[in-house]
Amino acid sequence: MADLSVNICGIESPNPFWLASAPPTNTGDQIARAFDAGWGGAVWKTLGEPIENVYSRYSSVDINGSRMMGFSNIELITDRSLELNLIEIEEVKRRYPDNAVIVSLMVESDPDAWDTIIKQVEQAGADGIELNFGCPHGMSERGMGAAVGQVPEYTCDITTWAKSSATTPVFVKLTPNITDIRYAARAAKNGGADAVSLINTINSITGVDLDSFTPRPVVGDMSSHGGYCGPAVKPIALNMVASIAADPQTADLPISGIGGIGTWQDAAEYILLGATTIQVCTAVMHYGYRIVESMHEGLSNYLDGKGLSSVEELRGKSLERVTTWENLDINYVHKAEINQETCIGCALCYIACEDGAHQAIGVKATEDGKSEVWIKWDDCVGCNLCSLVCPVKDCITMVPQDVGATSMTWVEYSSDNPPGELYPRPKHGLTISS
Amino acid sequence: MNQTEAPRESLSALQPAPTIAVSALRPAPTMTWDEALVEAHRCLMCWDAPCTRACPTSINVPQFIKRISTGDLLGSARTILSSNILGASCARVCPVEMLCEGACVLNDLHERPIQIGRLQAFGTEDVVFGNHNPFEIAAPTGRSIGVIGAGPAGLSVGAELVKLGHSVVIYDAQPQPGGLNTYGVANYKMDMATAIAEVAFITSLGVEIRTGVSVGSDISIDDLMETHEAVFVGVGLGGIPPLGIMGEDLNGVEDALDFIADVRNGSAVVSGQRVAVIGGGNTAIDAATQSALSGAQHVYLVYRRGREQMGGYPHDIERALQQGVEFVHWSTPDRIEGSDSVERLVCSRTELTTDGTLVVIDGTEYAIPVDRVLRATGQAKRTGFLGTLAGVETDSSGRVIVDEHHRTGNDRIWAGGDCVNGGKEVVNAVEHGKIAARNIHEALLASVGI
Ligand SMILES: Cc1cc2nc3c(=O)[nH]c(=O)nc-3n(C[C@H](O)[C@H](O)[C@H](O)COP(=O)(O)OP(=O)(O)OC[C@H]3O[C@@H](n4cnc5c(N)ncnc54)[C@H](O)[C@@H]3O)c2cc1C
Ligand SMILES: Cc1cc2nc3c(=O)[nH]c(=O)nc-3n(C[C@H](O)[C@H](O)[C@H](O)COP(=O)(O)O)c2cc1C
Ligand code: SF4
Ligand code: SF4
Ligand code: SF4
Repeated sequence: MADLSVNICGIESPNPFWLASAPPTNTGDQIARAFDAGWGGAVWKTLGEPIENVYSRYSSVDINGSRMMGFSNIELITDRSLELNLIEIEEVKRRYPDNAVIVSLMVESDPDAWDTIIKQVEQAGADGIELNFGCPHGMSERGMGAAVGQVPEYTCDITTWAKSSATTPVFVKLTPNITDIRYAARAAKNGGADAVSLINTINSITGVDLDSFTPRPVVGDMSSHGGYCGPAVKPIALNMVASIAADPQTADLPISGIGGIGTWQDAAEYILLGATTIQVCTAVMHYGYRIVESMHEGLSNYLDGKGLSSVEELRGKSLERVTTWENLDINYVHKAEINQETCIGCALCYIACEDGAHQAIGVKATEDGKSEVWIKWDDCVGCNLCSLVCPVKDCITMVPQDVGATSMTWVEYSSDNPPGELYPRPKHGLTISS
Repeated sequence: MNQTEAPRESLSALQPAPTIAVSALRPAPTMTWDEALVEAHRCLMCWDAPCTRACPTSINVPQFIKRISTGDLLGSARTILSSNILGASCARVCPVEMLCEGACVLNDLHERPIQIGRLQAFGTEDVVFGNHNPFEIAAPTGRSIGVIGAGPAGLSVGAELVKLGHSVVIYDAQPQPGGLNTYGVANYKMDMATAIAEVAFITSLGVEIRTGVSVGSDISIDDLMETHEAVFVGVGLGGIPPLGIMGEDLNGVEDALDFIADVRNGSAVVSGQRVAVIGGGNTAIDAATQSALSGAQHVYLVYRRGREQMGGYPHDIERALQQGVEFVHWSTPDRIEGSDSVERLVCSRTELTTDGTLVVIDGTEYAIPVDRVLRATGQAKRTGFLGTLAGVETDSSGRVIVDEHHRTGNDRIWAGGDCVNGGKEVVNAVEHGKIAARNIHEALLASVGI
C-alpha cells in the first residue's frame, strides 16, 4: 500500500485530499464530518468581516443531461461571526490533530486588519492560512479578493504583510481571471508566500433564462456575473498549475491544486503536473463528502500499480513532458486505425472527419443497414478527432507509424541546418467550383 | 382422441394480465419529460443513421430526438410528421424491433437500443393530440382528389395533398375513420380512441372525411371520377374467409378481425372463456394475445406448421407466450362441434413429407374443448370491387398493380396500402400514400398548369 500522506510547506496531511474554502467547509460540524469521511485537510470557508448573501446564489451548466458540468456562484465569504468560527476551529483541531486545517482569510487592504485576524486564527490552532485573492464577485467590488489577485503588486504587498504577522505557513489563493498566471504566482512568491492554491473561480455567466431573458442565477429579475468552477474548469486550472510548476522562478513553490476535481484520476493529474495537495468544492457540493472514499482507494491502487510508494514520488512526473509547441517533433507521424470487430457503424467518425477535419474517412451503407467506415491512410493527418468522437472504447486507435523520417523540432527544422527532411503532410486542394 | 400428442408450447404459469388503461380522447402521456430526456441523451446521433434507413417512411430519427433533447417538441413533431403523418400511431403500432429499434447501433454496443417508438410517441403527443398544425398549408390549387378508404394509406395521401393546397375528400364504408388502425390493431398497442384522435388531427389539417359511405354502392365510381380530378384507392383487404369446415355456423365461431374490433369497442366478452385461434400470422397472434389480456381462461393458438414457419414476429410470439397463450403446432382443424354454440374444436395432426408438402396424418384426430373459435387465416383481397375500376389491374394474388409512383393502369387512379402490398404494416401504407401524393400533385400541376 502506497503512502498517501503528504507534507506541504511543513504542514502534514494524512492524504492529499483537501476541501476547498467554500460551503462544504462553512462550519466546524461539517469539517468534522468531512474528516470522519476521510478528507485529509480542509480550508475553512473564508473568514473576514461577516457579510450578508443574496438568497439565490448558484447556477449551473448541464451538458447532454449530465448535471453540473459547470457550476457558478455569487456567494460571498462567511456570513458567520468570527468568534463562532474561532471556537469551532479550536474544537476541530482538538478533535482532529492529525488533519490539516487551513483558514482562508480576506479583510480590507490594511496591514493591521490582516495582523489581527491572522493572530486570532493562529491562536485558535490553524495549521496555516490561505489568503483569498480570488473571489471574483461582490468582494472584489469592495476592493478585496480578485481586486487584489489581479494586480501583482497588491498581491505581493499583502502577502508581505501576512508573512510578517504569521507564524504558520501562508498560502496565497490565486484568481484565474488574469492573462498570465505566472505573474501572480511570482508576486506571491516575492511577497514570501509558502505555497499557492489555484484556481479560484472564473468570471462567468452560466446561461440565460430563455423565458424571462434574465441570466442565471436569477435574483428577482436581475443577475450578476458569477464565479465558475466544476468539471468544466479543470483543463484551465491544470494548465495554470503546470505553468507555475514549470516556471523557473516559482518551480520550488508548493502548489495546492484546485478546479473540477471529483475523482482520484483528476487528483493524480494535478499531482503529476506539480501539485502537492488538491482541493475540492463542487464535487462535494454535488455528491457529498463520501466521494473521498473512492478517491482514496483509487489513488492508492494506482500508485501500487505504477510501483510507486508515495504520492511524493508521483508529483511532477509529467512536467518534463510539457514543452512548447516549437519543441515538439514535427516528424512524429501517427494515423487512425479502426477496429472493424468492435465498430458499431454509427459513422460519427466519418461525419466528424468529413465536415470537421480532413475528409480522410470513407463510408459505405452496408446491406445490413449499418455503415462501414475506413481510414484513407494517405489523407489522414492524425489529428485524433475521430478517436475522440467514437463512442466505442478503443475502437479507433491512433497508431504511431514508422515512416523513417528524422525526428526534428520546429526550431531545428527552421534553422539554417535542419537535421532532415519534413515528412510530407496530406494537403487539401481547392475544390470549390465556381 | 389423443390431445397430448400435438407439440405444444407455453410458458408454465399464466401470468396476470396487466390492466389496460381506460381510453380517453387524449391518450395518457407516454413518457415523462425526465424519462424522455434521459433516453434522448443516449442517442449517439449517428450519421446516415441506421434507424432512419430502417424506417419505411425514413423519419429522421436522430434529428427528432435532438429536438426532444433540446426541449423543442414542436420541432420534434414537425420532423416526425413531415416524413410520416401518422407518426403518432406508428410510434405505438410499428414492429419497432424489426425496424428502427432493431437497426439501432446500440444493439451492437450491447446496450438497449434507443426507445425510438416511445420517444416518437412523446414527440408527437402535444402536436397531434392537441391538434396543433405544425405545417404551412399551400395556397388552394382548386383541385380535388377523391380517396377511397380512410385507413392509413388514405389518411396519408389525403394529408400530404391537403398540405400542397389541394382539397381532399376521403370516403369510408365504416362508421369510424382510421381503417385497421381504428378497428384492427390490437388494443394493447393502441386503443380505438387514440386512433380516432389522430384522425381528428388529420381532419384539422383540412382533409374532409365522409364515413359510412361505401364507394360502389352508396356512391358510384363514375360519380367519384367526375367529382375529382384524381382518385386514390386505399381500400385495404377484406374479411377473413370461412375455413370451409363443418360447424363454422355455430355461435362463437368468428373472423378474428371482427372479434378484435368488438374488443376495441367493448362489445366482446371473452372473460372466463376457452378460446382457440386458428392461424400463425400476426393477426392470429394479436387475436390470441388480446384474448388472453381480455381475461380468457385459456387461449390455444392452433397452427398447421411449427414455430419456425409462423409468420408472426418473434417479439409478438414471445409476448403471446408470456400472456399464457398455448401454441398448438402441427395441427389443422377438421371440424367444429357443439349443439348450438361451440363446444369442441376437432383437429388432426399434420407433418411435412420429405418433398416438403404438408399432409394431414390420418387417425390423429383429437378435440380441444373451447367456447370460441377465431379464424385468422388471412384476409381476402377486394378483387370484386377492384375489378369495377376501369384500367386498374391486379396481379395473380389479387394485389393492385402500380408503378413506382403508385399510379395504376388508369392514369387518374393511384393506389396504396394493403390492397397494393397484400397486407403489411401501417407504416408501409403511410409511405405509399406519401409517394402517391407527390405524384398526384405533379400530375395535376402538369395537366392543368396550376
Ligand atoms: C389484426 C391486425 C393487426 C394489425 N396490427 C398491426 C400493427 O400492430 N402494426 C402495424 O403497423 N400494422 C398492423 N396491421 C396492419 C395494418 O393495420 C395495415 O397494414 C394498414 O391498416 C393498412 O392500411 P390501409 O389504409 O391500406 O388499409 P385499411 O386500414 O384496411 O383501411 C382500408 C379502409 O378502406 C375502407 N374501404 C374498403 N372498401 C371501401 C369502399 N368500397 N368504399 C369506402 N371505403 C372502403 C375500409 O372500411 C377501411 O377503413 C394489422 C392488421 C391486422 C389485420
Ligand atoms: C458556492 C461557492 C463558494 C465559494 N466560496 C469561496 C470562498 O469563500 N473562498 C474561496 O477562497 N473560494 C471560494 N470558492 C471557490 C472554491 O474554493 C474553489 O476554488 C472553486 O470552486 C474551484 O474548485 P471546484 O472546481 O472543485 O469547485 C467558492 C466556490 C463556490 C462554488
Ligand atoms: S485522425 Fe483526423 S484526419 Fe485522420 S481520420 Fe481521424 S479525424 Fe480524419
Ligand atoms: S465512430 Fe467508431 S463505432 Fe462509429 S463508425 Fe466510426 S469507428 Fe465505428
Ligand atoms: S441508430 Fe440508435 S443511436 Fe444511432 S441515431 Fe438511431 S436511435 Fe440514435
